[in-house]
Amino acid sequence: MKILVCVSKTPDTTSKIAFKNANTQFDDAGVQWIINPYDEWFALVRAIEIKEKDPGTIIHLVTVGAADCDPIIRKALALGGDEAFRINADSNDSYYIAAQIAELAKQNQYDLIFTGKEAIDYNSAAIGGMIAELVDLPYISLATQFELNANTATITRELEGGEEIAEVVLPLVVSCQKGIAEQRIPNMRGIMAARTKPLNILEPIAIDTLTSIVNFELPAPKAGCKMVAADNVPELIRLLHEEAKAF
Amino acid sequence: MSVLIVLDQSDNQIKKSAFEILSYGSQIAAQMGISAEALVMGTVHDDLAALGKYGVTKVHQVNNETLNHVDGQLYAKTIEAVVSLTSATVIVFSQTHTGKSVASRVAARLKAGFVAGAAGLPNTDNGFIIRKTVFSGKAFANISIHTTIKVIALNPNSVTTLLTNGTATVNQLNLTVDSSKIKITAVNKITGEIPLTEADIVVSGGRGLKGPENWGVLLDLAKVLGAATACSRPVGDAHWRPHHEHVGQTGVQVAPNLYIALGISGAIQHLAGVNRSKIMVVINKDPEAPFFKAADYGIVGDLFEIVPQMTAEIKKLKGEKSI
Ligand SMILES: Cc1cc2nc3c(=O)[nH]c(=O)nc-3n(C[C@H](O)[C@H](O)[C@H](O)COP(=O)(O)OP(=O)(O)OC[C@H]3O[C@@H](n4cnc5c(N)ncnc54)[C@H](O)[C@@H]3O)c2cc1C
Ligand SMILES: Nc1ncnc2c1ncn2[C@@H]1O[C@H](COP(=O)(O)O)[C@@H](O)[C@H]1O
Repeated sequence: MKILVCVSKTPDTTSKIAFKNANTQFDDAGVQWIINPYDEWFALVRAIEIKEKDPGTIIHLVTVGAADCDPIIRKALALGGDEAFRINADSNDSYYIAAQIAELAKQNQYDLIFTGKEAIDYNSAAIGGMIAELVDLPYISLATQFELNANTATITRELEGGEEIAEVVLPLVVSCQKGIAEQRIPNMRGIMAARTKPLNILEPIAIDTLTSIVNFELPAPKAGCKMVAADNVPELIRLLHEEAKAF
Repeated sequence: MSVLIVLDQSDNQIKKSAFEILSYGSQIAAQMGISAEALVMGTVHDDLAALGKYGVTKVHQVNNETLNHVDGQLYAKTIEAVVSLTSATVIVFSQTHTGKSVASRVAARLKAGFVAGAAGLPNTDNGFIIRKTVFSGKAFANISIHTTIKVIALNPNSVTTLLTNGTATVNQLNLTVDSSKIKITAVNKITGEIPLTEADIVVSGGRGLKGPENWGVLLDLAKVLGAATACSRPVGDAHWRPHHEHVGQTGVQVAPNLYIALGISGAIQHLAGVNRSKIMVVINKDPEAPFFKAADYGIVGDLFEIVPQMTAEIKKLKGEKSI
């Protein structure tokens, strides 16, 4: 079994979101970078669990990003995984990123490609579907459970107001979310082992960038919270009904 | 040239999110001076001509049973065929579960620039620039799409649905569809509940409710409001409420008209899943709870005293109206 896990670098969930250079760039002053939580907690951990059951499994990690991604990919290696690839390019365009990963996937013929549900910075939930299209594989998004039986995966995926259980023969692409695995923390042995695991730097292939960020905006500040006294509940309901027209 | 609006369906019915993008796509078409057309895949029992009231002039249907279940691989090929038939230059989806598994594939297949999570109409004065939410609703980015064909997935509840008095012509398309590589073995709908992502009103509870046995006050309030119920992550993790109710950065993202938070502190990761709600109301006994900074209305007090009064008050209001 050969698994590719896609990981991306995102600001920590508590980061203050600010911009610089006339709002054209994310201001990363003081920002702590982490592995996108969906990639670490769910995609990577589920891959590690598969390897624990079937030790012959090989896990590759890939990130498309500049050298400042190395610490997070090292951390991902410390959690588990055998070999990492960093495709040395800095882009926000989903197609560009997916095409780079698809190229690696074509060369290595993975049985499974795992992504997170979405990256918490640009929230597109796009890369998995794009990779699947570019390598012509089935894609199951928003998986909450994943079981393997020889060459067949049984996957539960979330729908609006329910869930669907599907059987798919490998290879395929899956986007992972809560439920599929339980978060774990790297141990000392993993951290030591990660130092000797290969982190390969690949140069990107030539791909057009189809979109670009013009600038960023912060939402207009709220007018402030209108406080109602605890002994005046009818006033709250009146405001919601008449002023906010909320129901 | 046209704007092609791809509609979500399930259980042979067009989904609520589709009406919003019909109107949205029609507004884009009007802005660009091109036609607005819709695509329905699979069997649906709705009156398709009536969708004209949202501004589309044509509704194409590929009435093939294989398409009743969403398989992005088959959907992308089908959509590609309809795109060339309609000379579509803008393809619109809803950023729902279906949208998420299909729109990105279509964009990659057509090598079309893609903006997922769009928050409003594009600016087409000079190029094609569209606003999307980023950093889990904490900011917006304006994205320029450089390709001739553009693919957009609109966040639900982002634009006002406008009605016209038009009707649409319905065009049945006979396209061959491959067999699916995805075998659906079960579909489990949560019955009797309002789907969280489609609800206009959401009532949500946090650790302040103290335990699962106390959820009655919240459920009563949700019931009089016809609201869906949600919870904070620790509540889901402790199995006080089912997993699928957990909202936030790592849970479900919602954008209802009204979000009522009971006994939730308002941690940044919680807000990341609910900050696109139009109106937020907080009941919390701690005046320092961070949620008050994000909310529109609030009461500092004990939820166990306040919530039953809210329920009674709303009942009274609704009762009076129906007389
Ligand atoms: C990476 C990461 C991701 C996360 N993702 C999520 C996520 O997706 N969703 C999420 O919700 N959290 C998430 N969290 C957790 C988040 O940081 C908070 O811990 C969590 O939201 C707190 O839940 P809570 O508000 O229910 O509980 P608490 O923070 O314990 O708040 C309980 C509140 O109830 C109030 N209260 C108590 N009794 C009463 C009463 N009788 N009447 C009125 N008010 C009362 C208290 O004053 C308090 O403000 C995440 C954390 C991390 C690190
Ligand atoms: N730069 C990147 N390098 C590798 N994987 C990525 C990158 N960006 C996103 N991904 C993967 O694609 C998933 C969805 O990201 P997105 O489509 O950007 O929301 C993430 O959870 C990652 O698994």
